[in-house]
Amino acid sequence: MPKRSDIKKVMVIGSGPIVIGQAAEFDYAGTQACRSLKEEGLEVVLVNSNPATIMTDKDIADHVYIEPLTVPMLKEIIEKEKPDSLLPTLGGQAGLNLAMELEECGYLKEAGVELIGTTSLTIKKAEDREAFKETMEKIGEPCAPSMVVENVRDGIAFTNTIGYPVVLRPAYTLGGSGGGIAHNEKELMDILSNGLRLSRVGQVLVEKCISGWKEIEYEVIRDAAGNCITVCNMENLDPVGVHTGDSIVVAPSQTLGDKEYQMLRSASLNIINELEITGGCNVQFALKPDSFEYCVIEVNPRVSRSSALASKATGYPIAKVAAKIALGYTLDEIPNAITHKTYASFEPTLDYCVVKIPKWPFDKFIHAKRTLTTQMKATGEVMSICTNFEGALMKALRSLEQNIYDMEYPEFARMDDAELEKKLYRVDDRRIFCIAEALRRNFEPALIHEITKIDLWFIDKINNLVKMEARLKNEHLTPALLKEAKRMEYPDRVIAKLTGKTQDEIKQMRYDNGIIAAYKMVDTCAAEFDAATPYYYSCFDGENEAIPGNDRKKILVLGSGPIRIGQGIEFDFCSVHSVWAFREMGYETIIVNNNPETVSTDFDIADKLYFEPLTPEDVESIVRLENPDGAVVQFGGQTAIKLTEDLMKMGVPILGTSADDVDAAEDRERFDEILEECCIPRPAGDTVFTCEEAIEVANRLGYPVLIRPSYVLGGAGMQIAINDDDIRRFMEVINRTTQEHPILIDKYLTGREVEVDAVCDGEDILIPGIMEHVERAGVHSGDSISVYPPQNLTPRMIKLIARYTRALARALHVKGLINIQFIVYQDELFVIEVNPRSSRTIPYISKVTGIPIVKLAAQVILGKTIRELGYEPGLQPDADYIAIKMPVFSFEKIRGADIGLGPEMKSTGEVLGIAKTFHEALYKAFIGAGYDLPKTKQMVITVNDSDKMEAVDMAKRFKKLGYTIFATSSTARVLNKNGVFAIPINKVEMESPNILDLILDHHIDFVVDTPSKGEKSNDGFIIRRNAIETGVNVLTSMDTANALATSLENVQDVLTPIDIATIGTRG
Amino acid sequence: MKAFLILEDGTIFEGTSIGSARETISEIVFNTSMTGYLEVLTDPSYAGQAVVMTYPLIGNYGICYEDMESEKAWPDGFIVRELAEVPSNFRCEDTIQNFLEKYDIPGISGIDTRALTKRLRGKGVMNGMITTDESFNLDEILPRIRAYRTEGVVAKVTCSEKKVLPGDGYKVALMDFGAKKNIARSLNNRGCEVTIYPAFTKAEEILAANPDGIMLSNGPGDPKECTSIIEEIRRLAASDVPIFAICLGHQLMALAQGGDTYKLKYGHRGGNHPVKDMITGRVYISSQNHGYAVDEKSIPEDAEPSFTNVNDGTNEGIRYLKKSIYTTQFHPEACPGPQDSDFLFDRFMKMMEEKKNA
Repeated sequence: MPKRSDIKKVMVIGSGPIVIGQAAEFDYAGTQACRSLKEEGLEVVLVNSNPATIMTDKDIADHVYIEPLTVPMLKEIIEKEKPDSLLPTLGGQAGLNLAMELEECGYLKEAGVELIGTTSLTIKKAEDREAFKETMEKIGEPCAPSMVVENVRDGIAFTNTIGYPVVLRPAYTLGGSGGGIAHNEKELMDILSNGLRLSRVGQVLVEKCISGWKEIEYEVIRDAAGNCITVCNMENLDPVGVHTGDSIVVAPSQTLGDKEYQMLRSASLNIINELEITGGCNVQFALKPDSFEYCVIEVNPRVSRSSALASKATGYPIAKVAAKIALGYTLDEIPNAITHKTYASFEPTLDYCVVKIPKWPFDKFIHAKRTLTTQMKATGEVMSICTNFEGALMKALRSLEQNIYDMEYPEFARMDDAELEKKLYRVDDRRIFCIAEALRRNFEPALIHEITKIDLWFIDKINNLVKMEARLKNEHLTPALLKEAKRMEYPDRVIAKLTGKTQDEIKQMRYDNGIIAAYKMVDTCAAEFDAATPYYYSCFDGENEAIPGNDRKKILVLGSGPIRIGQGIEFDFCSVHSVWAFREMGYETIIVNNNPETVSTDFDIADKLYFEPLTPEDVESIVRLENPDGAVVQFGGQTAIKLTEDLMKMGVPILGTSADDVDAAEDRERFDEILEECCIPRPAGDTVFTCEEAIEVANRLGYPVLIRPSYVLGGAGMQIAINDDDIRRFMEVINRTTQEHPILIDKYLTGREVEVDAVCDGEDILIPGIMEHVERAGVHSGDSISVYPPQNLTPRMIKLIARYTRALARALHVKGLINIQFIVYQDELFVIEVNPRSSRTIPYISKVTGIPIVKLAAQVILGKTIRELGYEPGLQPDADYIAIKMPVFSFEKIRGADIGLGPEMKSTGEVLGIAKTFHEALYKAFIGAGYDLPKTKQMVITVNDSDKMEAVDMAKRFKKLGYTIFATSSTARVLNKNGVFAIPINKVEMESPNILDLILDHHIDFVVDTPSKGEKSNDGFIIRRNAIETGVNVLTSMDTANALATSLENVQDVLTPIDIATIGTRG
Repeated sequence: MKAFLILEDGTIFEGTSIGSARETISEIVFNTSMTGYLEVLTDPSYAGQAVVMTYPLIGNYGICYEDMESEKAWPDGFIVRELAEVPSNFRCEDTIQNFLEKYDIPGISGIDTRALTKRLRGKGVMNGMITTDESFNLDEILPRIRAYRTEGVVAKVTCSEKKVLPGDGYKVALMDFGAKKNIARSLNNRGCEVTIYPAFTKAEEILAANPDGIMLSNGPGDPKECTSIIEEIRRLAASDVPIFAICLGHQLMALAQGGDTYKLKYGHRGGNHPVKDMITGRVYISSQNHGYAVDEKSIPEDAEPSFTNVNDGTNEGIRYLKKSIYTTQFHPEACPGPQDSDFLFDRFMKMMEEKKNA
């Protein structure tokens, strides 16, 4: 069927802020889909509240709205843009839910907008638990016995008929939010009541627990003519019971025979045909390990995280094809963009093995429960490709950047056998290391399988790695042994450690014996056809296929690895834009990255893509082959920056700011010298290595002090200490990971924080704008509400900021990007941090000012000057809009995480509010971040002693807004004494009704809870956790609370959508 | 033990010997299926060929003897990148190592199967030798390798005597040119009584048994070599008994009806080839294993292509308009591979039904 001619203008809804369960994969899918639509000559309207995405670029869509993803706002945009169609299946669950709401209320029909791709009827059939079960029954596809319940009583009654344990899955939630496995009535009541509340429709599926079965997924794609293929199947190493987003996943399946493989493949096709899905779809199965019995767990009638993984694992661009299908094309009409010889109806076949490992935020939330359940906890993931499973696993492990390069994990090594065996029962992120340790101690694989239910095939493969470890330890290192170790992707550093040699010796021995990495192509067809796409992975057991080009100068762009708190999608934005800029300037671009969710690892972004770990050794292998003319590290976050020194050792010129100058910004003493030269003040501070030194310095500066390791991103390990005990505790935590760099201690100033991104050509500087934080210093900049342009700075201060920025950029010989954070304290300006690289705020400031900062930086790096590029240096005039960036957290997903804001970043994503006025922008930002207030007009205040007086003014404001205030006794006393009526409420440990009852019964709009420094009791923590898990907003900073008050005082009846694409490029 | 794979162009791959250590010369072909190695090994169509599996990890789920598609293993050699040491599957009865030894199949593992596949793709199928003799002399062996021809393979693989699979439905005569078991099973499961005839059975004898339908199976080798069989098929086609033919059977029918076949550069072997139904426009993913194809331009006027390969446009099926004859190049019986076109057996059932009711 040819393309439909009646579709001319399509609206695409993005997935909103990055949260756990909905990460960069939808930026990837959405971006690919938009490009695919534009390729067909369609006009694309894009809506997404997330400013850090690539899809919200005017290069990607014709009309771009970075607006709150709410039904009223979407209606506004539809009125304004009048699209004829809406493509709902590419923006994840969030986009799909919104499209469904618009459809269900009859609005789309009224507005003449057609849902294209999968129909709403299909979506309902797949998403509604009851309808889905009925459909499956109709076509004879088995489901686990289950029932949809709308109250706890029914849940208990049903469970009593099928028996414990049961799995609970709330309908219409992301990443299994609020789900879990209940083994008894108590657990059932807990999880069920929580899940009912989180479900958009108040429904939870209670299902017989099939944990321990194999979890298998199929990615299926179908066109409107009914043609369908499976793009890829995947097997979870972790059996059913762990959310697939938290599982180690391998593609294709490894332990399924053809009979099982085809049985489930046919079932997938059967299902997608019955549901009449047009586009991509993901089907999850549980397969009983000792029979052909299986059941359908779930069907996602849309592009998903798994389809992003499947796309990267096979080279088959699912989102692109899904978009074409929505336009009416059939699979046999869509050319395969990888081979140019086959069509989209050709099922990919793999001649390699793919392993995905999730990236969990447990390094950020050290108190969080690491147990993995049906509720996803990972923020991102890495993928690796190799010719064997062992190698793929080893590559994926080191791609996680956790300082882990092999299967050894000291914590397990210290345990005795009994303890170790006990640990095997625990399903957490470290289980694979626990298994390795057990194998090292000669535990029977059968026993390990019995406990973990992980298939013996995987256990045997882990055992191969453990055996290799022993051989390297005990045998003489022959070239043959070395070759075998490399085949399994043992990195040189581990081989060195195990053989007692140096890393250089190992490397030399490899080179002497010709043991070097070869690169193979991902071509969708196992070499059956000659492919045109330069997408490569390495192996040590084959001939090299990657032929270095030599007609153009080559630039190596290092990506930013997995999405994690502190290093998110914004660095992929920067990487991708730099690649585009370099390509435009005639350079050959080579990108190295390992994140399957990102746009940067799409097959047609760079001239060449190496899907590889970002460690020095892996990068060196690529450098040896490609011999690039230069590398850029300033766009890939800390992951890329960390490689600077090694790249220089390899003889690769670092383009842009030199490594030495990067070091000058990080090195305390050198940086202090520069500040002194420039006469720029900073908060007093010093560097230390030991705890004793730290205490001495802290006392000299006077508490509170800020303590942090150097060379980190996202404020990792940063803390505010108010006494010696704090210092001792923090130093212990920091030193738990190896410290090559000193620890910094600074006087903590509670001023207003200001941030600047700028481009410097070595001489002139271009400052697109200044951003001011709402929260006072001490809250990590990534967790602060950020306002552009600043609202509270004097002209003198703005001038001073521009002057300091220029002085610092020049002193550091910056070529490219620089990010500086300042504090305005008692009308004085202090520098707190300088990063000569891209930052989290780049996408946001580029979009709101219309200045393509990354592109300019890329051009400057290659020798252009700011003036040559048509810009007048200096601070640019304010844009016509106020833009407010609001952080978004995923606390409800991480049991046990403390949500109090501090110097360590905790947010996973962000939204933007952009408007002509400050109040509208602020209101949009709060709405976009999910603060749909007021509801009950009741709030709880419980603040620490130092905030109590400030709380009075804040409380007054809410009182005026009509809020009833509940407060814990001491807070209530202060409020009442100061004329703000507050109802005292019992603390957690006191009798009911207490503060928890209020929260759990949904009587509260939000809680203002400022954590006490060095909190003695657990009270605050319990309140915050319970509120979060009940879905009640918690504000842990007085400044955020006041901003919310401002927003509620200025509720905007009409919100005007702003087309970002109309913000002209200025200069 | 070391083993070598030597191609007729002089390329040498060094690996480890698996299965039998005997020397073998054969035509080297690659298969892109990710699962189903046992079905591949026991598919008689591979007689006279050595198979390279492009998927690198082979043997993961071991051997389950009931999945065999014939009584023994047929390829002259088996070429893999890595053989699983510890297979895992609830039905696993044996390892693939033991299986290869048991059926005396020589093989080689630990070679870059992708590099090999690329060579076969670039130059077309080549002959090759698998040997464990480290002191081989290229000058001596290359002429031997080049001289190899896949000949007389149908005679080698067909059953020696007639066999009946009871059923209470239609009576189907299955011509065994090297039939995979699942062809008979697919018919048997639909209630058919299936009589399996040796390849060289006379048409007269088959028609005398008064079958409701005739099934021509898959099989190995160059179809044009089967001159006497083609003659018999012409006679079968002249009857009004509905005929369904797969793979070699499809090619032989085309030849019997005056069409022509030719050798493909490197064939289609795998489970991911899209074939398009020329009437409905629907595309199905098919299981394929053939080195020859019917020249679509050569088919008689009263026949029309019913399926076409979406990738390269080669013929994948023919409908003989004036007769009740339907043939496909691909394998609706799957095993290994997708079951998407299993409905073609139903179509055959319908052909028999129509005939009966006519």
